[in-house]
Amino acid sequence: MNGVGTDHPYRPDCSVIKHNSYLKASIMLKKIRVILSVILFSLITLYFLDFRDLLPWKLHFLAEIQLIPALLALNFFVLLFLLALTLILGRVYCSSICPMGIYQDIVSWFSKRFIKKKKYNYSQAKKVLRWSMLAATVVAFIFGFTFLVGLLDPYGAYGRMVTHLFRPAYLAGNNLLGTIFTSFDNYTFYKVSIYLLGLFSTLLSLITLAVIGYLAWKNGRTWCNTVCPVGTTLGFMSKFSLFKIQFVDENCNSCGLCSMKCKASCIDTKNKQIDYSRCVTCFNCIESCNRDAMKYRLVKQGKRKASESVPAYSYVKDDKQVDESKRRFLSASLITGLAAGNLIAQEVTNGLNPKRELKREVPIAPPGVPSFDHLQEKCISCHLCVSKCPSHVIKPAFLEYGLGGMMQPKLYFDKGFCNYDCTICGDVCPTGAILPLTREEKNHTQMGQVQLIIENCIVYYDETSCGACSEHCPTQAVHMVPYKDSLTIPEINQEICVGCGGCEYVCPAIPFKAIYVEGLTSQNVIELEQEEVKETVIDDFGF
Amino acid sequence: MDRRNFLRAVALTGAAITTMKEADAMSLLTQSFETANAAKYDLVAVMGAEPEAMFRKAIAEMGGMKNFISKGDKVCVKPNIGWDQPVEMAANTNPKLIAEIVKQCFDAGASEVTVFDHTCDDWRKSYSSSGIEEAAKKEGAKVVPGHQESYYKTVSLPMGKSLKSAKIHQAIVDSDKWINVPVLKNHGGAQLSISMKNYMGIVWDRGYFHANDLQQCIADVCTYAKRPVLNVVDAYRLMKTSGPRGKSLSDVVLSKGLFVSQDIIAADTAAANFFNQAREMPLEKVTHISKGQELGVGTMDLENLNIRRLRM
Repeated sequence: MNGVGTDHPYRPDCSVIKHNSYLKASIMLKKIRVILSVILFSLITLYFLDFRDLLPWKLHFLAEIQLIPALLALNFFVLLFLLALTLILGRVYCSSICPMGIYQDIVSWFSKRFIKKKKYNYSQAKKVLRWSMLAATVVAFIFGFTFLVGLLDPYGAYGRMVTHLFRPAYLAGNNLLGTIFTSFDNYTFYKVSIYLLGLFSTLLSLITLAVIGYLAWKNGRTWCNTVCPVGTTLGFMSKFSLFKIQFVDENCNSCGLCSMKCKASCIDTKNKQIDYSRCVTCFNCIESCNRDAMKYRLVKQGKRKASESVPAYSYVKDDKQVDESKRRFLSASLITGLAAGNLIAQEVTNGLNPKRELKREVPIAPPGVPSFDHLQEKCISCHLCVSKCPSHVIKPAFLEYGLGGMMQPKLYFDKGFCNYDCTICGDVCPTGAILPLTREEKNHTQMGQVQLIIENCIVYYDETSCGACSEHCPTQAVHMVPYKDSLTIPEINQEICVGCGGCEYVCPAIPFKAIYVEGLTSQNVIELEQEEVKETVIDDFGF
Repeated sequence: MDRRNFLRAVALTGAAITTMKEADAMSLLTQSFETANAAKYDLVAVMGAEPEAMFRKAIAEMGGMKNFISKGDKVCVKPNIGWDQPVEMAANTNPKLIAEIVKQCFDAGASEVTVFDHTCDDWRKSYSSSGIEEAAKKEGAKVVPGHQESYYKTVSLPMGKSLKSAKIHQAIVDSDKWINVPVLKNHGGAQLSISMKNYMGIVWDRGYFHANDLQQCIADVCTYAKRPVLNVVDAYRLMKTSGPRGKSLSDVVLSKGLFVSQDIIAADTAAANFFNQAREMPLEKVTHISKGQELGVGTMDLENLNIRRLRM
């Protein structure tokens, strides 16, 4: 987005006319980058927002091509592609694929509308900060504390921003249109409910939006080159990329224009050096140069070694130094953190009220999460499942899974219940935290088990008909059996319960529900009896 | 019991506030069975053909759709679209029947036909899986949502015992005529789900029904002044067990029946007797039917009705 529409004096050197076509090609590079970024960014954002399935289903590949999801899903195809992309072209991922990167570009583009004379400056790389952030993330992940990866992964963080901040706005817009159109008797837009999904996730999204937005407004891609673990990793790899932006020494007069335009602050004009670990190949420098002194081209092996082997080597060294000193500290603090988290979690579960108001002791994970351990290991809390669930039954957990499982998806049945045949959450999950299920598999997946508190049941205490629970039960794990007079009362069979929550959602008993679902730390496969279809012939009216 | 009394007080206050409307309501009540030419039969029962063919036959026997729908009428057709289930499960009304009714309404001069249900499963999925949205739209009906409280308007039910007022979908409240098109099903709580139970899809707060004597509330809501001009019971397939959602095809019987009546109690009594052949279901168990009769909504006394039975 940088530099779009800025009219700077573009004066190609008249003496070298043959450069003209090359110069145009260079500017094309930026145009291609901007167009690609805008398309990918819009699509992935709209994919999160689209609650009516207007966009093609296949677009979930946009989440799958993100680095951390691919890493967690062990999607070797994507990993090889991203590796090759970076080793050939540089950090194109950060420039055009990562939605958080493009979000920052959009913010800094706007900042330039407000601050006319805005310019960037070259700065030293924050090596220690970068590498310790990466090391902390890796160590935390190895120790099973995926929370930090989820917190810092740019895709995951962006997903949460869309889910908790942009989506409500989008829905509100839809509802406004709905009100207007409905008043003209047109039902093209239908109204949807808007509500807070989780205070913690929403606040965190707000902080992410504000902090990264502020940094982008001030200094462009600071986040990517200081905190982002993906940025650090790809930055390291891009030092070895085949194509690089390079100074054409004979044309350069060290005017510094390129450096002023560099949102990564990685061009040192004085020494005609570029810090490739921070360059996100945005091509703004090439566009800004009036003297055709910057080129994106294949780097000759010998030359590269001569000019860059030293800093590249020193980075590796830095890494090791940092690692040794920090690793112990980090692992120690993380273990403490985890222990504290478990303690908190235990306190939460032990604080049960002995009354008949029953709180779930174990949270319910979405269908296709084999176990809580699996979820903790794989989920980065991008909340695509939360956005996409058509039944609105997935929301971010607070401390139900423990500290490490904060913001990971859990089922709740305040707004609806899990549709028996629906497999969307597993279909869209880019990390494999929620495994994709076929409809048949979903029908046999047990996420939780039904619990009946008969003294809360309307049929029991009021002696009137109800049956709302059994009505919603897809497997008849809750079924009605004869009771007094013509009444029927619910009876449960936990073995065939899928834990969809239909009964819990609909139970009208007040103030305390008579039926609810208790979660399972690992999901089961249930066996459903195949009932034979008996031919029943009715050949009379019966009256 | 405090809660109950409180709710009663609220309902009564509501009823009192809306007394202005009651005058209207009473006059509508007396008008509702007036037809252009008095229907020839109190009830028509058809067996043995496709749903749309049976309806064509039945409505012809009732004197034609023009008998019930006048030129320029805004009509609401209310099927059961409760569940995300395919046609074969008989959890929802047969889409072919709905298409035929919509078509006949337009043929009779209806200016607009609206179709909706307050679904139990996700409404988008239910509307599409049932096949009703597509079938109704094809015939030119307007298929409207019912998933938000804002679509519902409060009406008073002065004759109700447990239910004194209810929020009813504007598609019904604002219509000139409405046609009730349920599917014949077993129901875990109400025992049977037919025309009267289908009213639970026109109201917003179903939970209140379940919490306050379900069977009585079903009877109560049927006292709503604007009665359907026709009750058309789809029994082409009936769900004999695991209703109202059903779990497998073993719950379904291909029964090929259809019942049409202006009297909702008569329609449900006939359909219940028909159901009784697939699975024992004595009328005494389906107490909302007799409670409805007590409230004067209609009659269960099929002996004294002029019934036309047809086989195709």
